[in-house]
Amino acid sequence: MAFGLLATADADLMEIIGLSLRVSLTALLISCLIGLPLGALVATCRFRGRSALLVLMNALMGLPPVVVGLIVYLYLSRSGPLGWMQLLYTPTAMIIAQTILITPIIAALSRQILEDMHEEYSEQFRSMNVPWRAEIAALLWDGRFSLMTVALAGFGRSIAEVGAVIIVGGNIDHLTRVMTTAIALETSKGDLPLALALGLVLLVIALAVNALAFVMRQAASKFAYG
Amino acid sequence: MPLQVDGLTLVIGGERLIDGISLTITEPGISVVMGFNGAGKSLFLRLLHGLVPQSAGSVHWAGKANSEDVRRRQAMVFQTPVLLRRSAAANIDFALKVQGLGSARRRDELLELVGLSGLADRPARLLSGGEQQRLALARALSCRPEVLFLDEPTANLDPASVALIEETLNGAAADGMKIIFVTHDVGQARRLGAEIVFLHHGKVEEQSPASAFFAKPASSVAQAYLEGRIVI
Repeated sequence: MAFGLLATADADLMEIIGLSLRVSLTALLISCLIGLPLGALVATCRFRGRSALLVLMNALMGLPPVVVGLIVYLYLSRSGPLGWMQLLYTPTAMIIAQTILITPIIAALSRQILEDMHEEYSEQFRSMNVPWRAEIAALLWDGRFSLMTVALAGFGRSIAEVGAVIIVGGNIDHLTRVMTTAIALETSKGDLPLALALGLVLLVIALAVNALAFVMRQAASKFAYG
Repeated sequence: MPLQVDGLTLVIGGERLIDGISLTITEPGISVVMGFNGAGKSLFLRLLHGLVPQSAGSVHWAGKANSEDVRRRQAMVFQTPVLLRRSAAANIDFALKVQGLGSARRRDELLELVGLSGLADRPARLLSGGEQQRLALARALSCRPEVLFLDEPTANLDPASVALIEETLNGAAADGMKIIFVTHDVGQARRLGAEIVFLHHGKVEEQSPASAFFAKPASSVAQAYLEGRIVI
């Protein structure tokens, strides 16, 4: 039955998959926009408190999703500071929660990659008087293959995450139901075919993400761009 | 761009790696810096280029203390070329763009100058050692520097690359560029040098015109170096 749902492209199933991808990809995009420059900044700058920031960034990689969900819930709930925005139980709330979850992953992992590259390039860049912004842009561009692997790691974390999105999204049918929350619900209801079909899709996505990361590493190595 | 160095000193971990060097270089052409391993040649070059802050003393180029403005008129080629993870052409494009000189024609001229026209689209890091160093030289020349520093750029390169690099440097020097070149290779110093600066233990042991230096070095350490003797 699970394969049947997939083969017939069941409308509910497709809607859930579509929303999952939309939420996770949007969160990933925002996280990259914040996390990559932040990683580059920390990689290239020396300032007081940098070590503490590094520890914090690394620690935040292991943020418990339910705690993030709870905090975002408190902020977005009607009595919370951002309650007036009426975002609770919307895909936007889920995007916010996932962005908070994966931005530290993107920032911390990219910082390590970019710092190694910066160590290699810095003397040459100083000799060439490369302006700071151009330096950051060059590091981000030259590290693109490794950074895409970082982005894929972030995507893997967000697409498979359930704790935060169920708290701030509420798992509302046709509105905020994503693959992981649907699997949890359908399993508890005993509707295993839909849960299994969604589980299969998640596994395929995980496989595809890893395959893509592998291909990128190979390409980077082939062209000596890694 | 005359160079005036006064009491240049670099102390790291209590050790005087560069020990009060004072010298003047006013002649154009190629000045070759020589000396045994650990003499401080590479550090001296980095101090002159302003990549390493000195502990004491001063470096003045045409009367101006080392600064970003001064460095803008200089370029350096390192012993191990640091190339961007891009094509050969994109490496030159980057340097040109940073200096606001971006032009495809200039890039093509530079690649042709160092014999890399046919490899413009090849990833820079997949080029051979000699090709990489020639690319690094082309990139350094892209800003038309008044002073070019080279830190043993031909160490371990194939003879064809060495010949091409030397020919390029001779051409640049003939066009009025000041070149300060570190090498271990006595033969190369004879071929290129108009002037020799011989360092030993972080001090200038001798500074002479190349012809005089190779005919009869004034210092016994330089004499030993030329004779291939070990000096501790």
